[in-house]
Amino acid sequence: MKIAIVDYGVGNLFSLKSSLQRIGCPGEVTSDPEAIRAAERIFLPGVGAFGDAIEKLRATGLDRVVREQAAAGKPLLGICLGMQLLFEESAEYGRYEGLGLLQGRIADLRPVVPPELKVPHMGWNSLSIRRPHPLLAGISQGSFVYFVHSFYAADCDPSQIATADYGVTIAAVVAEGNVMGCQFHPEKSGDVGLRILKNFCECDREALHAAFTGN
Amino acid sequence: MLTKRIIPCLDVRNGRVVKGVQFQNVGDVADPVKLGKYYSDAGADELVFYDITASAEGRQLFTEVLRRVAETIFIPLSVGGGIHSIEDFDRVLKCGADKVSVNTGALRNPELISEAARKYGSQCVVLSVDAKRVDGSFHVFAKGGREDTGRDALQWIRDGVRRGAGEIVLNSIDTDGVKDGFDLEMLSAACSIAEVPVVASGGAGSAEDFVDLFRKVPGVDAGLAASIFHFGEVRIQDLKKKLAENGIPVRR
Repeated sequence: MKIAIVDYGVGNLFSLKSSLQRIGCPGEVTSDPEAIRAAERIFLPGVGAFGDAIEKLRATGLDRVVREQAAAGKPLLGICLGMQLLFEESAEYGRYEGLGLLQGRIADLRPVVPPELKVPHMGWNSLSIRRPHPLLAGISQGSFVYFVHSFYAADCDPSQIATADYGVTIAAVVAEGNVMGCQFHPEKSGDVGLRILKNFCECDREALHAAFTGN
Repeated sequence: MLTKRIIPCLDVRNGRVVKGVQFQNVGDVADPVKLGKYYSDAGADELVFYDITASAEGRQLFTEVLRRVAETIFIPLSVGGGIHSIEDFDRVLKCGADKVSVNTGALRNPELISEAARKYGSQCVVLSVDAKRVDGSFHVFAKGGREDTGRDALQWIRDGVRRGAGEIVLNSIDTDGVKDGFDLEMLSAACSIAEVPVVASGGAGSAEDFVDLFRKVPGVDAGLAASIFHFGEVRIQDLKKKLAENGIPVRR
C-alpha cells in the first residue's frame, strides 16, 4: 500500500516515518502532488503555529491537493497541528482560515482551562471513546496517549470520536467519513499509538463511511 | 487528567550507556537501544538521553545511537548534553529527539533559548538547571555543577520561561546522589514561579520519595532519576503501582 506523509516544511517527520516502518506500513515523506495523489493513505502532520503552517501549505499548493484527495474519499489523517488544519478556522495569533474539511474552529486553551492547569497541555492523558470507530479498533476506554498542544478544536461535536479531559473537554480523535485527525501524537504514544496508526493504514473506506453515517 | 510522568535518564558516552546498569534480563545493558526499550516496555513515560561525550567522534556516535533509539521506541525522547547552538538542536532533532535540553549552553548564551523556541517551538526547548543553596538562596551552577555562576536560580528559570523554554528540569545539587528524597523546598519555589511543566531531579532513593514529591509539591509534573532505576532498586512498574495506590494519577 502506498502511504504519503505530506511534507510542507513543518515539523519533524522522523518519528512518524519510523513508526509506520515499525507497523509494516512504510510511508513516503513527500511534497510531490503526484505522489500524494497516487497514495492510498495520506498523513498530514504538523507542529508549530497554525498561521505559519497553513501559509506554507498554500504556498506549496498542497492545500488544494489535500482538499481534492479528501473530496475524492481518500483516507486522510491529520496529526496534532495537522488535525487542527482540517477545521474551518483558527484564532492562533490572528485569524486564519483552515482547510475546512471538518466543522469547528481552533481556539486557545488558556482562557478555558482552569488557572491551576498549565498550558501547553503536555503529557499523557486518557481517552474517553465516545463512539466506536475503525480508527480506534482494539483501543480500550481510558488508554493513554501523548499530547503537546496549546490550542484545541472547539465546536466540533459532530466529528468527536474520542475526547480527553483537561479541565475542559478536548477533542482527541475526530472523524467525518474519510477525514480523520488526532490531537495527540500517535507516533509518540507507545503501543496504543502504533495500533491507531495501523488501524488508519488498514481501515477500509466502507467501514469509515458506515462509522460516519451510523449504518 | 494529565498523569505525572516518570522519566529514567541514561548517560551515554561514545554511544554506550554508562553508570553500571544492573539488569539480568536486558542482555547488553550498555546498549542504549536495548535499555531504552526495556524502560519503555516497563512503562517509562519519557526517556532522557544525556550525552556526556567530549569528543567529536563521540558526538557522532551519539547521534547514530539516537537515531536507532528513535526508530525503535515510540515515546517522547529528550536529549541533553553538549547543546550549545542551533546546529546542535538541528543535529539531534533530525535524529528523532522530541525535546532538547540546554544547560551550560544557555547560560553562556541565553539567546539560544529564544532562538530555538522561535525555530522549533517552546515544546521542544527544555531548560535544565543545576542549582544549589548558597548563602540562603538558590544559585545556578554551570559545567555539570562544578562552577557557581552567582546567578539566582529562580530568576534564571523565570528568564528562561520568558525566553520560550517550554519545560524546566530542576536538578538540586544539594540532594543529588544523597538518595534521601527530592529537594521539595527548591522544587516548590520553582513551581510557584514557573508557568511551564517542572521536572524534578536529584535525590530519588525510593518509591516513597516519588510519592512524597507528587503529594507535597503538586505543581511538579514529572520525576526524573537514573541510578535507582538502573540498579533495579526501584522498578518502574512497582513505582507506578505505588503512586496509583496513593491517589497519584499515572499512566499504566
